[in-house]
Amino acid sequence: MSVLVFTENWDGKFKKLSFELASYASKVAEMLNTNAVALSIGNVDESELKKLGNYGVKKIVNINNDALKNLDDRAYTSVIAEIAQKESSEVIILSNNNMGKGLAPRLSVRLKAAIGAGVSQLPLSTSPFTVYKRAFSGNAFAHLELKTGVKIITLAQNSFELIETANGASVENFSVNVDASNIKVQVKDVQKQTGKILITDAEIVVSGGRGMKSPDNWEPLVELANLLGAATACSRPVSDEGWRSHEEHTGQTGKIIAPNLYFAIGISGATQHIAGVSSSKYIVAINTDKDAPIFGAAQYGIIGDASKVLPKLVEAVKEVKGK
Amino acid sequence: MKILVCISNVPDTTTKVKFVEGNTKLDTTGIQWVINPWDELSLTRALELKDDASTGVKSVSVAHVGSIAAEPTIRKALAIGADDAIRVNAEPADAYYVASQLAEVIKKEQFDIVICGIESSDFNGSTVGSMLSELLDYPSVSAVSSLKIENGQVVISREIDGGKEIVHVSTPFVAVVQKGIAKEPRIAAMRGIMMARTKPIKLYEPIAVEPLTQVVSFEMPKPRASCKFVDAENPKQLIELLQNEAKVI
Repeated sequence: MSVLVFTENWDGKFKKLSFELASYASKVAEMLNTNAVALSIGNVDESELKKLGNYGVKKIVNINNDALKNLDDRAYTSVIAEIAQKESSEVIILSNNNMGKGLAPRLSVRLKAAIGAGVSQLPLSTSPFTVYKRAFSGNAFAHLELKTGVKIITLAQNSFELIETANGASVENFSVNVDASNIKVQVKDVQKQTGKILITDAEIVVSGGRGMKSPDNWEPLVELANLLGAATACSRPVSDEGWRSHEEHTGQTGKIIAPNLYFAIGISGATQHIAGVSSSKYIVAINTDKDAPIFGAAQYGIIGDASKVLPKLVEAVKEVKGK
Repeated sequence: MKILVCISNVPDTTTKVKFVEGNTKLDTTGIQWVINPWDELSLTRALELKDDASTGVKSVSVAHVGSIAAEPTIRKALAIGADDAIRVNAEPADAYYVASQLAEVIKKEQFDIVICGIESSDFNGSTVGSMLSELLDYPSVSAVSSLKIENGQVVISREIDGGKEIVHVSTPFVAVVQKGIAKEPRIAAMRGIMMARTKPIKLYEPIAVEPLTQVVSFEMPKPRASCKFVDAENPKQLIELLQNEAKVI
């Protein structure tokens, strides 16, 4: 028996979520009195692979196969299923991100394994196996029983802390046969922003809404974000107006995030916006309207005009950080 | 080329949800039901493709798994412009159940492109689309933010962490789409509403499928502590609170 965790890497390095997943998988393995095994697909060197061992993983299965250079959901599903069977995995854990959302449901059908998607904490019980997941776009949570022998969990990003536990992990290099004629998805081009903090990875997010009044007013907001090492985001009207790119849109139909700290600046807080950010640990709201719904979701608030408050906030951060 | 858009019937996104029967069921009293927002955008994109003769898209159908109570939502999809609709007459038990019903219908009806929204706004599973592709053994592309047909070739933008990939995929396949796929959902015009009344809704009875999951109960989010206000003239106090009280910066 084992708990299998599917990790993700980019440019030979693990994404932060891989360590979150490893920490989570190790805790689930503890609950089941078994070990966590990590699967890495890609060109990742041994010293990087061993980092997974710092988060409680006992064994790392490493697959480096050219045919898997690009993501083909069907081919990846076959590989994960093969490893799950080889490791007699009872629980398989993936991220609830773009990749995990594409792979986990295929895996669920392949292995006839129930899936708990968007889970945000450890299983509530292991017998019956019940997980806690987001429902109604953050307006409720569901206790969901996974009724099959093998279970799949996709973990909401930023919902689980990194837990360092050195476990002396071993690396097993494993080769798989991938039938190239079965690869139907061809990647023609990759357009990747570099040097920017990803909204879904960021611990602090600074977000602007219509109360910013014009795309020309974003400079102090970006400066605040830079000072805090934060990612920038925006509300739906702002991305619809084209003031900021749609990649920055946070909310129910945009990106759903759970940073430690979320600044909602000039955002009134429509239900759909709050649905996308309500899992943030702390929300700071800055708005001219004291009755704006965003103050109902925030722990800290300033009633005031973004264009006046932001420069003062930037100065305050400089002063405090400068000490 | 034939496109199928799978639609889910969900409470309007501004609904204040409440639960009944020991927090196991949604209280549907007074709920306004709508097409799931991502499915509405999918339908809009499918219709845009059909409007462009160069794509070779001949028809856009919609499919839904649900009881007769969902017919107004299906009619709305027809009013927006879908040519015809399919309804599998069953209460959706879980994602696997729904995907299995849809797969059965697609095997009979055959489509070149099947489009599903990334998630339904009620259960937030993000699972039906990819499950469907596996049941059909079709390729699938997830996190799709743009879908074009150029000289008969399907060209897709797929979101990855911090960027996007341009991918080609052969038909038939399943696209799981998200934000960006269409700018604004298309609105039904009066003519469309009139025409929708006579468009066909084909009825299928469900196949026997055992659901893999069961909701034990729902709970409401824990209420947050009330907001602490800081004077707009003194934002330094906010930074100090974030540093010393919340300890997040």
